[in-house]
Amino acid sequence: MLNKSIAELSHSLQAKKISSHELTQFFLERIKKLDPQLNSFITVTEQQALDAAKKADAQLAQGKAGPLTGIPIAQKDIFCTLGVKTSCGSKMLDNFISPYDATVIKRFNEAGMVMLGKTNMDEFAMGSSNENSYYGSVKNPWNVEYVPGGSSGGSAAAVAASLAPVATGTDTGGSIRQPAALCGISGIKPTYGRISRYGMIAFASSLDQGGLFAKSAEDLAWVLNTMAGFDENDSTSANIAVPDYTNTLNDSLKGLRIGLPKEFFSDALDKDIGNAIQTAIKVYEKLGATFHEINLPNTSLSIPAYYVIAPAECSSNLARFDGVRYGHRCEDPKDLEDLYKRSRSEGFGKEVTRRIMIGTYALSAGYYDAYYIKAQKIRRLVADDFRKAFKSVDVILGPTTPSPAFKLGEKTSDPISMYLSDIYTIAVNLAGLPGMSIPAGFTKGLPIGMQLIGNAFAEARLLNVAHAYQKETDWHTKTPEGF
Amino acid sequence: MEWEIVIGLEVHAQLSTQSKIFSGASTAFGAEPNTQACAIDLGFPGVLPVLNAEVVNMAIKLGLGINAEIAKRSVFARKNYFYPDLPKGYQISQFELPVVGKGYLDILLDDGTTKRIGITRAHLEEDAGKSLHEDFNGMSGIDLNRAGTPLLEIVSEPDMRSAKEAIAYLKTLHSLVRYLGICDGNMQEGSFRCDANVSLRRKGDSKFGTRTELKNINSFRFVERAIMYEVERQMAILEDGGKINQETRLYDSAKNETRPMRSKEEANDYRYFPDPDLLPLLITEEQIAKVRSELPELPQQKHQRFKEVYGLSAYDATVLVSSRAMADYFETAVAASGNQAKLTANWVTGELSAALNKSDMEITSSPVSAEELGKLVLRIADNTISGKIAKTIFESLWNKEGDVDHIIEKQGLKQVTDSSAIEALIEKILAANPQQVADYRSGKDKLFGFFVGQAMKESGGKLNPKQLNDLLKEKLTSGS
Amino acid sequence: MSLTAGDVKKIAHLARLNLLENDVTLYTQQLSTILNFVEQMNQADTAEIEPFFNPLDLGQRLRPDVVTEQNQRDAFQAIAPQVEAGLYLVPQVIEGEE
Repeated sequence: MLNKSIAELSHSLQAKKISSHELTQFFLERIKKLDPQLNSFITVTEQQALDAAKKADAQLAQGKAGPLTGIPIAQKDIFCTLGVKTSCGSKMLDNFISPYDATVIKRFNEAGMVMLGKTNMDEFAMGSSNENSYYGSVKNPWNVEYVPGGSSGGSAAAVAASLAPVATGTDTGGSIRQPAALCGISGIKPTYGRISRYGMIAFASSLDQGGLFAKSAEDLAWVLNTMAGFDENDSTSANIAVPDYTNTLNDSLKGLRIGLPKEFFSDALDKDIGNAIQTAIKVYEKLGATFHEINLPNTSLSIPAYYVIAPAECSSNLARFDGVRYGHRCEDPKDLEDLYKRSRSEGFGKEVTRRIMIGTYALSAGYYDAYYIKAQKIRRLVADDFRKAFKSVDVILGPTTPSPAFKLGEKTSDPISMYLSDIYTIAVNLAGLPGMSIPAGFTKGLPIGMQLIGNAFAEARLLNVAHAYQKETDWHTKTPEGF
Repeated sequence: MEWEIVIGLEVHAQLSTQSKIFSGASTAFGAEPNTQACAIDLGFPGVLPVLNAEVVNMAIKLGLGINAEIAKRSVFARKNYFYPDLPKGYQISQFELPVVGKGYLDILLDDGTTKRIGITRAHLEEDAGKSLHEDFNGMSGIDLNRAGTPLLEIVSEPDMRSAKEAIAYLKTLHSLVRYLGICDGNMQEGSFRCDANVSLRRKGDSKFGTRTELKNINSFRFVERAIMYEVERQMAILEDGGKINQETRLYDSAKNETRPMRSKEEANDYRYFPDPDLLPLLITEEQIAKVRSELPELPQQKHQRFKEVYGLSAYDATVLVSSRAMADYFETAVAASGNQAKLTANWVTGELSAALNKSDMEITSSPVSAEELGKLVLRIADNTISGKIAKTIFESLWNKEGDVDHIIEKQGLKQVTDSSAIEALIEKILAANPQQVADYRSGKDKLFGFFVGQAMKESGGKLNPKQLNDLLKEKLTSGS
Repeated sequence: MSLTAGDVKKIAHLARLNLLENDVTLYTQQLSTILNFVEQMNQADTAEIEPFFNPLDLGQRLRPDVVTEQNQRDAFQAIAPQVEAGLYLVPQVIEGEE
């Protein structure tokens, strides 16, 4: 069951070769045995999982099952799950039992998927190493002294260690693609508006987008079919039909024009990663794709713009955590101000506090134009770079990160160097485009991620391009020792 | 020194939708605390707003009603501040790009002239909840039922020069929003709230003085009192050579005074920015045209029509169109009265309004229906009853004792118009009062009233007054 | 842009956060560093550029004016820190204070 694709699991379930109960039990046992080394789960919902599996088995027995019925999934603890703690990696929500389900959770439930638990993450999805979690850092299965990336580090580590066949993530500045790269798995961040944000706890509303981790592009396609789609409860959800992503996986790449952004291949890029990308290019050339150098000149400005926009939105989004209606409340507040200040300071960790402060400043009187509006103008420049590029190429290819996973604790005291690790991913969020990371090699035992960026709502094309590569290579089949 | 009063008003009109501006929770007033606050209103983690279509239609209606430009593109922004009745830590409002732009309202002044009051803008926003200050062991209770109720904030230019003008503007606007059916106008329940910006300047100065903002004014009467108080207060300071602090002041209706609100050490910094959970509100010409075609007749048009079609005075027309319900009542009554417009107007603005006021009732729940009142007027006009008897019948109608004709019949109130019957009655009275007849005939003209009184007393007031007068005069004269 | 300790305290108050004295020093330095970093934005001439607030170039979608939510007070208040008589309790609110 370890190395089976979701398609294979689905077929086995439909053919009654295994039951969902067995499959769920299998993963729950792996979590129990192996997760203490990784800390990838905040909550394991064993009983609910077994109940859901039973229900799935009944549906399978009655022939009422869909393609994902009975398939286990891990949910990032940012998605609200009815009756289950939804902490967002924060002390603030350590006692928050969500009274409702996020739209994507409903979709998965309706499809008969089985939730194994809620995965660890950087607090409120702010971080690139998963070291900002109230529940402790997550370890990279390829080397437990290294970070798994963030903010969806728990989901990435869980999938890499085969504790779940698929897991959700969210990506505001690279939080799916970067941990996918660092953990050697496949991850997709769809176009802004493709996945409902309702019930996904907001970090930066105009950048946040839910997505998935799995072992392969094909697995991603299977699950994205269910996750994607219009939601009337989300004003920023796009009412655009969702194609069956599995239908186009095997389309030919002949004549595909792939863009290589000059700015992604500077001296800052780790040599081994650069070489791995060059090797991948040869694979694609063999498949009939052509390569074209393109310019994304405002890439370097995307990080400063992001570190204004995201904190600004976060400072407002996180104002609701005030100790009044839910979440952490300080002991014996002496007055209203004390209630607010102590509840919030006790509930939020350092990085979240830092970003709230930056964002508050960037929006404050006298600085709004210089910071916030300026950043949103830069954002247009960044988006325009992509718009121009997609006039001459179909897909953009490059590294996901400038370097492989770093050691736990290595960058915690230097926020800026941490921020710079998102250099290749952030621009994609600013423009709202879909992006993927797929495994493309190793350096010193750590995985290398290759990023594919598509035009808006071109997820099918991205998955097709990724799948074509995975048919030619076996990087995505490698698993970390001991898992 | 002569001072000029400068007043601008900000009105918060609660829009009378079924559901909230960004959620599907009910807006009904008076529910148990927090039973109409859904996850979105409570600002639960992960929830998102979706705009109510009816709110947009209502904003367009107001825009058309105040002759304003309606923005093709407006933007919702977040106003960030912490307060327990504000669950998200920000209020969704409109800041730089409001849905309704510059417009105006014409108000009728006491001297019969009209004055144009500019309206700066009107924007959509969500209401906050309520803090209940009763003591829960030293704590306050928060009810978030009202959180997320749609509001239109309508901001006037500082064009009013007296408390009376401010009231006239408020009443005109109040009537308009009710005509448009976008707000129930209930000031006690807070559906129509008003803040007043008041300043003084020397007569002839072109620069405005420093203003104060008066809050918490929940009736027309209090608006006037609060402004008067504030004007006196500012005048006393200025006359003493003092300076006005720009500040927000609460009106205390019990003490009839304004006092500064406890303010924090530094001014609020609301950090407005476009709400990333909402996209720009786009309104098309077609949408505006559609709303325009469905617009009811507005007070000003109705006023004009009442004067032209019914020949009413400006005063009567103003009173009758002050609410759509009263205007509708009047028109129904006129139709039933055989088009006795002036007489009907008198009855609606006189007897009926007084009775409604006395029992603190709305015209919509009047015990006397418009049809019955019209019929009553008809019976006066066709001489079935006298105006005096009509008042008695009105009382019976009010007490639900039956319909007009039934009451006339049952109580035998029908006016006597038969000349021979009247003549017989006159003869009887003259015969019974020979001395008075003699005195009259010898020149005591004033005794005429005595005979009228006697006749009316005898008949129970049912004689047609004109006929009585004519016949009595004839008898008294002919007999000499 | 270098922030002073006073600036940091003011921001912390706006955001209703308590900072210990030690933290003020640390945040003053870290926030100044971050602000200096983001000021790279000034390299770009954006005089003629419109801000880009959302990747979706669409208008706001509208929902029909229909009540869809039922009373869920008990469920919502089951996770509230302090409630009484259906109300959320907070330290005394002074009338008109904001």
